[in-house]
Amino acid sequence: MTLTTAPPAPPAPPAPQALASPGRAGMSDRAFRFLSLGCGLLVLVILGFIAVSMTQKAWPALSHDGLRFFTTTRWAPSAEVFGSLPFVYGTVVTAVIALVLAVPLSIGIALFLSDVAPPRLRRPVSSLIDLLAAVPSVVYGLWGVIVLAPWLAGVYDRVGDITSPIPVLSTLFAGPSTGRGLFTAGIILALMVTPIITSITREVFDTVPAMAKEAAYALGSTRWEMIRAAVFPHSSAGMIGAVMLGVGRAMGETIAAALVIGSSPQIAANLFGSGDSMAAVIANEFSEAGGLHRAALIGLGVELFVLTILVNIAARMVIARGRKFA
Amino acid sequence: MRQRSARSAGPLAALLATAMLAVACGGSDDTPTASTDTSVGGTATTKEAALSGTLNAAGATFPKGFYEVAIAGYRKVQPGVTVNYNANGSGAGRQSLQDGVVDFAGSDGLVNAADVSKYKGEFLYIPTIAAPITVAYNLADVKDMTLDADTIAKIFQRQVKKWDDPAIAAQNPGAKLPATDITVARRSDGSGTTENFTKYLVAAAPTAWTLKSGSTVEWPSDTQAGNGNQGVAQIVKGTAGAVGYVDLSDAKASGLQFAKVKNKAGKAVVANLDGATAALAGAQVNADLSYNPLNAEGADAYPITAPTWILVYKNQPDKIKGAALKSFLKYVVGDGQKLAKDVDYSPLPTSLQQKAVSQIDSIVVPAT
Repeated sequence: MTLTTAPPAPPAPPAPQALASPGRAGMSDRAFRFLSLGCGLLVLVILGFIAVSMTQKAWPALSHDGLRFFTTTRWAPSAEVFGSLPFVYGTVVTAVIALVLAVPLSIGIALFLSDVAPPRLRRPVSSLIDLLAAVPSVVYGLWGVIVLAPWLAGVYDRVGDITSPIPVLSTLFAGPSTGRGLFTAGIILALMVTPIITSITREVFDTVPAMAKEAAYALGSTRWEMIRAAVFPHSSAGMIGAVMLGVGRAMGETIAAALVIGSSPQIAANLFGSGDSMAAVIANEFSEAGGLHRAALIGLGVELFVLTILVNIAARMVIARGRKFA
Repeated sequence: MRQRSARSAGPLAALLATAMLAVACGGSDDTPTASTDTSVGGTATTKEAALSGTLNAAGATFPKGFYEVAIAGYRKVQPGVTVNYNANGSGAGRQSLQDGVVDFAGSDGLVNAADVSKYKGEFLYIPTIAAPITVAYNLADVKDMTLDADTIAKIFQRQVKKWDDPAIAAQNPGAKLPATDITVARRSDGSGTTENFTKYLVAAAPTAWTLKSGSTVEWPSDTQAGNGNQGVAQIVKGTAGAVGYVDLSDAKASGLQFAKVKNKAGKAVVANLDGATAALAGAQVNADLSYNPLNAEGADAYPITAPTWILVYKNQPDKIKGAALKSFLKYVVGDGQKLAKDVDYSPLPTSLQQKAVSQIDSIVVPAT
């Protein structure tokens, strides 16, 4: 590939003719279209196969328990009773806690990086945050169970003492706690989804046209008013998308949740108490499960799959509505 | 490895080298190797001919410590055979054997009657070792504690919530029991240890224990869950007043103290390897070598003694692999048994060892 002697350039065909030619160019266009269509369909086919084969493997448990699989709360493998509601509850609660903690934090970090931080800080800080996303989840889990949970146990006890005279809070935040439970899992999940939400929202904020920002400033806005008037309206769809990716991560996270969630299939209002999530119980019980128990765990997988799809559809509807009003 | 082959006669060393090379080159399943030439090795030493191949196995985590030293020990005898044991759980091991993706499976439990038909043919149980499960507790001032099955059942069902409860005091006359709250530690993951512990409670405390048995049971929600034996040991170690069931080697490794448990004969026995071997001797062994050492007869038997087996297909499809498999299994129930005590497992009693050897002899390996 050295350019010692430049070969005589072949006479290039006239450009307009090449573009108009229905022959080769048309064929490669069509081939490309089929190829990309195939790639797109492949995803659907794979998803379909996953859904079908999982439902098939879960069928013994689903037919054994029927609708009770989805509506009851008792999970007793030794008695062959499988009610999945406690796991749905744990999954939803931990994901909500994670989002409540992570979304404001992530948006704050992203705004800092895109509009507040001095330029020489932006790169190192954002790569540090991306680095957080690269930490394996088992590391978060082990850190959670060895370092965070024992420390949080004391914190929870104190919070429990403070909230004990207050009606609703006393049931939501009741001590004493072991440190392993829904709230700890929520905190760990928040740590794990923060880098995802941050890096996407930061990119979205970066796409806000400078013109819009300057226009806001020109009207006499303060920085916060500019962010409210120019950045947020432009970014709402992107921000929701980022949050939805975070939700997906939080709902599907397995090992970290399995280690810190406490592994008690129960529906209890106490957020400091132990619970269990769908992904966590699959990770915990699958290796020793046989027969109906195994099928029931796969059934939980199907349910999680459906739940994730529903959440994603809901998010898309929210985004679509946001667009209509924007 | 080198030392061994250097000590043997020249041809054997060459043969071993060939076999090793074959394995190193990735020959696992069906690579024809020099190992089929038994005449050379057979005459050179009294040992069996050099074998080759890779045996893949998966299953129980509980015997992992023993299988690791047994595999290392076997490598000195047969350097040409590689054995990989993936300790991913008894259930996963049995599933892998059903699917035919492993050469043998480790399992702490027996196969359910309903699942037998899912296997690709007849399989055999090879008992390997056993080990006690301790009832470990954390009470700094109580060095000696005795519990019977009913009391253990009540503690783990959260019916007895304080250490100075009359039920515990009745087992320990004269002991100064503190009024500390009991914290129950149990497994968060499905486990053969849970299965054996709860099976013991079903057998020994049939009326008091109501949670049945299984790899996961319906623990009361105010119990604490730890991941693996180490996770439970960590909770017990870190929580004053905690009690949990932990296998002996992990309990010892974490420096936990554990209770004496009253056995069927009414004697309080400390969890150790002699007590476990006594339980094996007292257990009724069935014709297929399944046996239940939990709550076994015998004055010195430690009642919470967990068995474990290797599951293997009776009809082996591959000649080379089948020969290696038989040889490895014989090592595990033969010379390998001497290694068990070093890693806190109880070897099988001699009578059971012999039965295991004849069970292995019944494995059919194709002639070609």
